[in-house]
Amino acid sequence: MADNIGNPMIRMANSAKKGEVVEVRSLIMNPMTTGLTKDKEGKPIPAHFIQTVSVTFDNAKLLDIDWSTAVSANPYLAFKMRAEKSGTLKMVWKDNQNGVWSAESKLTVS
Amino acid sequence: MKKTIQRRQFLGTSLVAGAAVTLAGGTLLRSGAALADNVAGWPAKAFDAKALDQAMAASVGKSNVPVSPKVKLTAPTIAENGGAVPVTIEIDSPMTADDYVSTVWLFVDHNPTPLASQFDLTPALGAAYFQQRIKMAKTDNVRVIAKTNKGELMASAPREVKVTIGGCGG
Amino acid sequence: MKQWFLTLSLGALVGVAGSAQAVNWWDIGNLKTSPAQTLKESHELFKQQHPDLPFDKYALGAYAFSPELYSQYQEAMQFNPGDLTLSTGKALWDKPFKNGKTYASCYPDGGKGVAAHYPMYDSKTHEVETIGTSINACRVANGEAPLKYGSADMIALQTYLTSLSNGMPVAVKVDGPGATKAFQEGKAYYFMKRGQLGFSCASCHMAYDGKYLRDQIISPAQGETAHFPTYRAAWSAVNTLQKRIQGCNKNVGAQPQPLESKDYRNVEYFMAYLSNGIKINVPGYRP
Repeated sequence: MADNIGNPMIRMANSAKKGEVVEVRSLIMNPMTTGLTKDKEGKPIPAHFIQTVSVTFDNAKLLDIDWSTAVSANPYLAFKMRAEKSGTLKMVWKDNQNGVWSAESKLTVS
Repeated sequence: MKKTIQRRQFLGTSLVAGAAVTLAGGTLLRSGAALADNVAGWPAKAFDAKALDQAMAASVGKSNVPVSPKVKLTAPTIAENGGAVPVTIEIDSPMTADDYVSTVWLFVDHNPTPLASQFDLTPALGAAYFQQRIKMAKTDNVRVIAKTNKGELMASAPREVKVTIGGCGG
Repeated sequence: MKQWFLTLSLGALVGVAGSAQAVNWWDIGNLKTSPAQTLKESHELFKQQHPDLPFDKYALGAYAFSPELYSQYQEAMQFNPGDLTLSTGKALWDKPFKNGKTYASCYPDGGKGVAAHYPMYDSKTHEVETIGTSINACRVANGEAPLKYGSADMIALQTYLTSLSNGMPVAVKVDGPGATKAFQEGKAYYFMKRGQLGFSCASCHMAYDGKYLRDQIISPAQGETAHFPTYRAAWSAVNTLQKRIQGCNKNVGAQPQPLESKDYRNVEYFMAYLSNGIKINVPGYRP
């Protein structure tokens, strides 16, 4: 069950006033190996890293990110979002070994 | 395998087997990334560029961008660990439908592949603000370039981060 | 007279005030000193070495000595990557065994506040029990196979169980002859020089804490255990104090021992006792 990969988490306020800019923090487990290192036997460790992060709010595109192997292991990402209406923030992470993970967080806007 | 090569050719390079080698910068046999399935739309050419000006040409489109105080990049003076350097990017912009930052690029000058991240923004973000942790191979400059919806390009001043070998690591 | 002179000259070398009443770091290794007296002397030592550092700040370890590094720690703690291991640990903790019982049934108060008292001496087995060994004891008592120490599942469970004591001060007891013997064995391990470099744990973490070893600041022994299990950027993962001890052994060119060996449990017992009073905060974050 504990595979040290995936298991994404989003931390964001549950509610905000209309027009307020809220901070969204996210974390996901991924080795983010560069392909430039070797294991104990001297065999190259293939690159294994998250390449894209897509953020939507109620299915409308908010932010798309492309990552290189220079992003640290277990990548952290924080960004901001203007609270306009209540809805669901969704993040989808995809890595170069066909791994796909998603997480959601609901926001109530008053 | 053929399907994979087709997906990676989206940037318009020719669908010839040899092109796959060029795309990966001649490291088809060495780098695992060239053999794995790149996610559709991932700009491999820009990310595989090995020198800063190449990486900038392949992503931003030019390598000479004026520095603007609107583009702020915060990073530590001395990194606690070169494998996890916290960086904060903040660009002064109203982020309205008429005036917003549309793309942001983050570079580490002398990393094996200098382009670290590319952000594609929408005005709904309300603020052009990002925080990430990145890997730096050695003491080096980190820099950010931003493009607005009007096509205006602006850069942060380069920020030097010292990366040293720890004494207690292990 | 001779002892005073020795103290003065050696005291000048290690930056300790050269007075006859000063505690010397090597004296803390005296195996004849009782646990309570050892703890008292340890408190004295660190107060001498860092007169302006409040006791509770020792929870920060090396970060207490560098504002620049501390601000990087604070940024990392905005979302500690270790929290992902914590959530995995909670899922494992909540999952019932085949017999329908859960881990919570093995511990008083469902595990809340329990880790603050670990390691503890078990007078029936005459062994020091740690959070790790207690988790396996719980599994075996409920008909499950023990987990391998150092495995991802074990680390996640250790992290979650310890987190149920977050905010509480370390409160390890050393009562009775058996416990005292284990404590003194742990102390002996801590002060024994080992490896090609001939360093003991104390040579760095009591003699040179707060000072640089190449470009890293050495953490003080006082408060050391309160943030374990910890995420370490060097590991890109969460792991335990004993895993770190294995690493330190290798760093000085010494052979590491298997996790939960008798020596490692005894030295963890000793180290945790010296951290009594420091608030637990796991998972920690370190370079």
